[in-house]
Amino acid sequence: MADLLIELFSEEIPARMQKKAREDLKKLVTDGLVEAGLHYAHAEALSTPRRLCLAIEGLSLESPTLREERKGPATSAPEKAIEGFMRSTGLTLEQLEVRDDKKGQVYFAVVEKPGRAAPEIVAEVLEKTIRNFPWPKSMRWGAGSLRWVRPLHSILCILTSEAGAEVVPLDVDGIVSGNTTEGHRFMAPGRFAVSSFDDYAAKLKAAKVVLDSAEREEMIWHEAKTLAFARGLELVEDAGLLAEVAGLVEWPVALLGDIADEFLALPPEVLQTSMKEHQKFFSVKNPKTGRIEGFVTVANRETADHGATILKGNLKVLSARLSDAKFFWEHDLRIVKTEGLEGMGAGLANVTFHNKLGSQAARIERIEALAREIAPLVGASPDLAAEAARVAKADLRSAMVGEFPELQGLMGSYYARAAGLPEAVAVACKGHYSPLGPSDEVPSEPVTVAVALADKIDTLTGFWAIDEKPTGSKDPFALRRAALGVIRLVLSQQFRANLGPLLSEHFVSVDGSRNEAAGGLGGTYTLLVPDASGRKLDVRALDLLSFFHDRLKVHLRDEGIRHDVIDAVLAMPGSDDLTLVVKRAEALSAFLKTEDGGNLIQGFKRANNILSQAEAKDGVEYSFGADAKFAESDEERALFAALDAAEAAIGPAMQAEEFGAAMGAMAALRAPIDAFFEAVQINSDNEIVRRNRLNLLSRIRQICLSVADLTRIEG
Amino acid sequence: MTKPAAPRSFQEIILRLMNYWASKGCAVLQPYDMEVGAGTFHPATTLRALGSRPWAAAYVQPSRRPTDGRYGENPNRLQHYYQYQVLIKPSPPNLQELYLGSLEAIGIDLDLHDIRFVEDDWESPTLGAWGLGWEVWCDGMEVSQFTYFQQVGGHDCKPVSGELTYGLERLAMYVLGIDHVMDMPFNAPEAPIPLRYGDIFRQTEEEYSRHNFDGATTEMLLRHFEDAEAECEHLLAFEAADPNSGKRIVMAHPAYDQCIKASHLFNLLDARGVISVTERQAYIGRVRALAKKCADAFVQTEAGGWTAEVTA
Repeated sequence: MADLLIELFSEEIPARMQKKAREDLKKLVTDGLVEAGLHYAHAEALSTPRRLCLAIEGLSLESPTLREERKGPATSAPEKAIEGFMRSTGLTLEQLEVRDDKKGQVYFAVVEKPGRAAPEIVAEVLEKTIRNFPWPKSMRWGAGSLRWVRPLHSILCILTSEAGAEVVPLDVDGIVSGNTTEGHRFMAPGRFAVSSFDDYAAKLKAAKVVLDSAEREEMIWHEAKTLAFARGLELVEDAGLLAEVAGLVEWPVALLGDIADEFLALPPEVLQTSMKEHQKFFSVKNPKTGRIEGFVTVANRETADHGATILKGNLKVLSARLSDAKFFWEHDLRIVKTEGLEGMGAGLANVTFHNKLGSQAARIERIEALAREIAPLVGASPDLAAEAARVAKADLRSAMVGEFPELQGLMGSYYARAAGLPEAVAVACKGHYSPLGPSDEVPSEPVTVAVALADKIDTLTGFWAIDEKPTGSKDPFALRRAALGVIRLVLSQQFRANLGPLLSEHFVSVDGSRNEAAGGLGGTYTLLVPDASGRKLDVRALDLLSFFHDRLKVHLRDEGIRHDVIDAVLAMPGSDDLTLVVKRAEALSAFLKTEDGGNLIQGFKRANNILSQAEAKDGVEYSFGADAKFAESDEERALFAALDAAEAAIGPAMQAEEFGAAMGAMAALRAPIDAFFEAVQINSDNEIVRRNRLNLLSRIRQICLSVADLTRIEG
Repeated sequence: MTKPAAPRSFQEIILRLMNYWASKGCAVLQPYDMEVGAGTFHPATTLRALGSRPWAAAYVQPSRRPTDGRYGENPNRLQHYYQYQVLIKPSPPNLQELYLGSLEAIGIDLDLHDIRFVEDDWESPTLGAWGLGWEVWCDGMEVSQFTYFQQVGGHDCKPVSGELTYGLERLAMYVLGIDHVMDMPFNAPEAPIPLRYGDIFRQTEEEYSRHNFDGATTEMLLRHFEDAEAECEHLLAFEAADPNSGKRIVMAHPAYDQCIKASHLFNLLDARGVISVTERQAYIGRVRALAKKCADAFVQTEAGGWTAEVTA
């Protein structure tokens, strides 16, 4: 057994790529070694900005000998065939074995592959790994053709056993493997040799390099917290930033600085964003005031002046950045106070949203009209919803959002308050973008909901109208996310609305904008077709509805509702009312999980199959209604009675949207249907009786289908 | 080795960079005599990064970004500023060390400061060029751009050039401890006639800001853009064989001048606010098409690695 140590030493690897690179290095090398017949006890990959390292413990010293047998042609086969076999195996005629086979004598090639020594395998696997490493972006350098994330300078590759350490010889485009590495670029320059992983890690630490990113994170977090604590402040947690910063340093040293008083009036989000995005600073909060009053920057070294110069430099950069932010903030506030938030957004008329859909101002007009229409459906005041829609995107013209696009919405809410707008409007400015992702919180404030829905529906109809729908993995305008947003907004508060007419009408206003964008040469686009409920809807609205249905399926599947259950419900009228669809689907899903439910489906399917076959064969539809007077057995009569009772119960229950009750009434059919099939032969010699029974089956089908399209249920 | 003393003026920093890179074997060139948006546009970078012939050059390039004009008021933003540019092909293995040496040369004590190489990939949509590299941070401030060119004008760079770009004003302000660019000493503060950056550039920043945002005649700019584009293509359409001299002459550089012109005219039009978001992309695409054709032409010249034997 031996231990293998690999270090790939390069110029600075982007922080965001280091984690995946560690995983890839470990996987590619260990997979390669195992595939070549070696085995190992443990492997661990580590990284710093300048090195990727892999330590493997307990590696076998050689691969086992492999014996491979191949059956060839018969000894009596044509010469050409035998020659071909010799060529493919690389053996001479004398080396082939002759064995008896069922059909006579046959040539066999027995090739023994001797085991290979670990160094040979390691060299081969490592070279292949380096040449095929899956960096998200790689580059060439100098005059060479090798690709790596940044120039690769050295390869350390040693096998350490009781006999000592040996370099695994390897040459990748002139980079020859060795047993040396370098310490910290500034604090401990120069190369040194190592003899094992422990030796390597210890010498690196002495050379001011902390090899393990988790250890660096720990150091940064601990130091930063201690610094803040000593000042009675607390560090604002940010795991993403911590991982990134740990990927930028080999020897982390945390330094705490104060934010100058003149900047403390800035919104905390602005301070945090500016410090994080531009400087990779952690924010430090004063628990008493709740304000961000300081920062922690992480340097990559110790200095004789204990970081004083470094901190001074960082403060200077920060103060330049925050001066900009303060300038933007004050500039924006001035505009809002003199011209109002709507005034700030005036310039949106000159900003193109999409060249086929016109300006942002046109889009805002559409959203405003739609928000007004949606407002009563979600319990919001139409006037407030319209006002919020009018100003919700005004902050896109603010200087602050120009600099920090990620603060859109949030700045709008600050500026709305500064402009003295109603609180509901301010809240909508921030919240109308939500929900962004599947786990993002869904807003519940009615005005926000109205604008959020209008915003997303306008986006969807707009891009649908210009045929920019998502295809495969391509969804550049995030339309799937917009549709899921609509679904989650509607479902979160069980809003009731028929999307069909709403979408259909909104296509008309989108077409207006298209016409305008095309300079009045856009023509008309509308094609009205009837939907399942007989309403005349824009054909694009129907297509968009089915997109909503697809997203709804994905959403409900995550909630544990089967896709066939949703299909069964979507086939019913009113499927553009998403809340209704989900209520039905939930009831049906619960019903199918009961014993009665499962069995009823079987009974329904049996009835449906027999009926469909008979209808196909006879070329008629058995929907005349069955007459109880032709019933011959008690079971048949019982079924008539049960169907009457079910029908009487299901109709009103469906009308009242008491789907559980409707399903319950349907479940009561299970026993009579089972008994009926048990006792009665449909195909009677008496044609009248046969037809009556088929009509009876038709009633089963009709009653069951009034609840959901059970033909779509699988199993 | 004793550390170099701190420089005291803007020009001293430039002179030290000149001396440093000259001592490392670079040809110290002069600025290109045209309006460009960045040092990269100098043919000594854009064109010389192409082809197989080795190259090492360093130069100051006055650069213009019309939209960055702030009438001389903003402490850090200028519509006319200086970049220091180094291009070495093939990129030497010790380019990072060479670069760090240049920081020491201008008075940055590497024992006291925190220098970091932070991922920043470079792309110029107008030049059809990209590379991987970093922005270099000194105590949290970006002081240079460090790029390994991978493609220029749609051509793979083989060998790869290493490019260093220093934003001179910002770097100098940091080294000299100045808060407003206009306050920065341009020559030595004890010179008989000491001049600050503002003495030289405050007025021109005002004049050009007004020109860029309000003065320039947009119809003329649009016309000149069309002209430059047409001229570039016209020059490249010539046969290589020149009947007058009897030589093989591809007019790659004159054509590239027109590409530079078109690029600057586009920047001015942008500053005048007459280019919509969608038109923007189309204009950038047109300049990129020119840059690509110039690159195609340059690799057909001797400096671009063309030899009679290869084609014969």
